[in-house]
Parts: sequence; C-alpha cells; structure tokens
Amino acid sequence: MNTLIWLPAEKIPVLIAFLCVAAALLGVFLLKRKGKSFKIRALPGASAIEEAIGRATEMGKPVFFTSGTGEIDRMATLAALSVLGEVAYKTAQYGTPLFYPNNDPVVATVAQEVVSEAASKAGHPEAYKPENVFFVTKSQFGYTAHASGLMERLKPAATLYFGTFEGESLILAETGFAQGAIQIAATDSTIQLAFFLVACDYTLIGEELFAAGGSLSGDQEVLGSIVAQDWLKAAVILLLLVGAILATFTTFNLASRL
Amino acid sequence: MTRRLVFWITLSFGVFMLFQFFIPVVGGAYRKVLDWMQVIYLSSLLVGVIALGLQHLRKVSTLSSGWGYSLVTVAGLVAMPVAAFWGTGESSVFFWLFNNMQVPMQSTVFSLLAFFVASAAFRGFRARSLPAFLLLVSAAIVMLGRVPIGTKLYFDFPAWSQALLDIPSVAARRGILIGIGLGSVATSLRVILGIERGFFGRKV
Repeated sequence: MNTLIWLPAEKIPVLIAFLCVAAALLGVFLLKRKGKSFKIRALPGASAIEEAIGRATEMGKPVFFTSGTGEIDRMATLAALSVLGEVAYKTAQYGTPLFYPNNDPVVATVAQEVVSEAASKAGHPEAYKPENVFFVTKSQFGYTAHASGLMERLKPAATLYFGTFEGESLILAETGFAQGAIQIAATDSTIQLAFFLVACDYTLIGEELFAAGGSLSGDQEVLGSIVAQDWLKAAVILLLLVGAILATFTTFNLASRL
Repeated sequence: MTRRLVFWITLSFGVFMLFQFFIPVVGGAYRKVLDWMQVIYLSSLLVGVIALGLQHLRKVSTLSSGWGYSLVTVAGLVAMPVAAFWGTGESSVFFWLFNNMQVPMQSTVFSLLAFFVASAAFRGFRARSLPAFLLLVSAAIVMLGRVPIGTKLYFDFPAWSQALLDIPSVAARRGILIGIGLGSVATSLRVILGIERGFFGRKV
C-alpha cells in the first residue's frame, strides 16, 4: 500500500529506464576519469554549420537562427541553445551578424545571455546586438509571418532551424530556400522532419539534435554522455530483437512445433 | 560566481522535479513551483514586449528601412491592450479586433502552407536516386489510397496506403522516437548535473 503512495506502480518502468541512463552516464564518467577519450561519428549537419557561417561571412550576409515554437522546458530548446552558443561564438569571431527572432519571452531572455556570453568569449563583445536577438510574439503564425518577412528582407546566407517546430516548419524552410540560403535543420518533431528533409540542405534527425552541441564544442563530458546514449540504444535494439523473436514464437506457437 | 549560482539553482530544481515526478507526495510544492514559473514567465513577457516596442519605436522615429512595418507593430502593441481596458467579453472591441483581424491574419499565414507543401513536394518527389524513387512511389500510393479516384483505379490502393503508414512509417517513427527519448533523458541529466552548460554560456 505504502509503495503505491510513495512510488506509483506505473512509474516503476520509467524509474528503471532513468536509472539505466544514469548508470550508463556514470559508467562513461568513470571511464573518462581513467583517461579514456570519447569520439562520436561526424554529424554532417553539425559540421556544415561552420561552412554555412563561413559562406555567410564571405558573402557579407547575415546568419538566421530560430528555435521554432518550443518553450524553455523542452530539451530540444535547451539543445538548440547549446548550438546557438557555438554559432554565436563563430559569428562573433567572423564579424557576421546573427539574427534570432524568438517565439517565447523566456527563451529570448536566455538566448540574449547565451549570445552575449559567446560574443564576449570570442573576444568581440561588441558583436552582440540585443536588437538582433529578440522576442516577437507568442502567436505561432504571427511569429512565422515575422520570421519569414525578416528572412525576405535580410536575405541571409545561412538559415539554422534548431528546436521544436510545428506547422511553421515548412513555411520557414521554404522561405529560406527561396533566399538561396544554406539551410540546416534539427528537430525532435517527427512529423516536421519530412518537411525539413525536403527543404533543407542538411537535416539532423531526432537525437542528433541533442548531440549537435557536443559535436560542435568537442566537450569530452558531453561526448561521453552521447556514447552512453549509444550503448543504451544498442541495449534497446537487443531488447526489441528478443521481443520480436519471442512474439513470433508465441503468435505462431512455434515452440510446440519444435 | 554567476555560473556557480546558476549551476546550483539548476541542480536543486532539477533534483526536486525528479523527486516530484516519482514521488507524488510532494505535489503541493510542485504546484508552488509552477506558480513561480508563471511569475517568471510574465516578467519575461513584459521585458520582451517592452524591448520589442522600444526597438520598433526607434525605427519609426528614425524612419529607418522598413519603418512602415514597425509602425504597424507599434500600433498593434498599443491598440490591443488599450482595447482590453474596455472589456474582453464577446461584444467588446478587443474581441472584435481579435476575431476580425488577428484570427484571419493567422489563418492566412497558415493557408500559405498548402502552396509551400506543393512546391516542396515538387522538389522532394524527383526520382534522382533509389531512395528518392522509393519515396515517390510510396507517396503516390499513399495519396492514391486517400482519394476516391485511387479506389476507382485499383480497389486495393487504400489497403496498400494504410499498410505503408502502419508498418514502415510507424517503424521508422518509433526508431526515431526511441532515439529522441534517450537523447532527452541524457540531455536533461547533463543539464541537471551541469555537464551541458551551453544554455548559460559557452565553455572555453
């Protein structure tokens, strides 16, 4: 009875999954302490970010960044802000303007801090322009109209879509395509992935969004945790295979025929 | 110092949120945290709206490029709150403005999606490679299975269409969702433990 009050039965599988992730993370940190270094496969989309910023610099055009309509409590938004830090660092180094209209006031406030900090770290605090990282509106299509209009006027050479997107994804991506920009997208919204795959030059699929920040920064702790994720994915694949075999045996009653 | 403070706040709230998820006994405290979030959210909204208004006012006052758009933005920013002072009921000016201006404008932007889907589909469905050819064939079957003419052409198109959606499409989506789930949990742990600090500044 007490177990149900303190830990509801339906949450036990979630707790087990959480403990598995925590254990895998702990494992990689112990390995890191022993001096092991981690590497992940190159993510073409993440590697293309520097190329896109370089192209924008050469063309003297700005870089456009958006995290869609996600709020700050979404992991995809936090992952997008990690990528934003790297993008802001590079654009500040190259002296390329970075524009980031925002759909959420809290994300906008955090984003201003991220860009400002990255510009300072790059040694160019003057590269941070508060008027380029700003809140627009909470209205989904109001934001879409503003972001599309801004892209039409700025004609950016690189457009980066990182975060959670809904119906606005294709409107933004097609507007960016019409400007001839290099387009890189990463989202955890599975329905919008198809639109980005068609309209963008590079698309980071699902979990790659969470790995992009680490891949760009090369931070060993973050890379280690991505390796832990891969171990867990291998375990899940193994479980799925075992489950599929068992289900096949049960469905066709193969055990009795053996 | 600021970084350390942010780290400790993130850690304590992250651990608290974990506890309240697994142990519902602390639900009361959780609701209090949600109230604080509303306060933080409204403060940020106020800061954001004021900054937006000032930025556009500056553009209007200096008549810089695109000042006309800024004028419309400032007019909207002023008109809606002013109208709300006279009530927000169904017969109010605010309600009229919302229903007859904001809603149609949003619907207009949304309706643009149809044209963008057409142009993206035109580019996406070119059979330049084997995967692109497979995509084209699958899309053609799904589309034919969804319209009456498809059934007229071949009676089994709806079943083929449903099979494509139920089996390969769902399998691929589940694969992506498993990755996203693991990625989300790992990222949240990285944030709580202060490993992923990109959101409050770059590590150098």
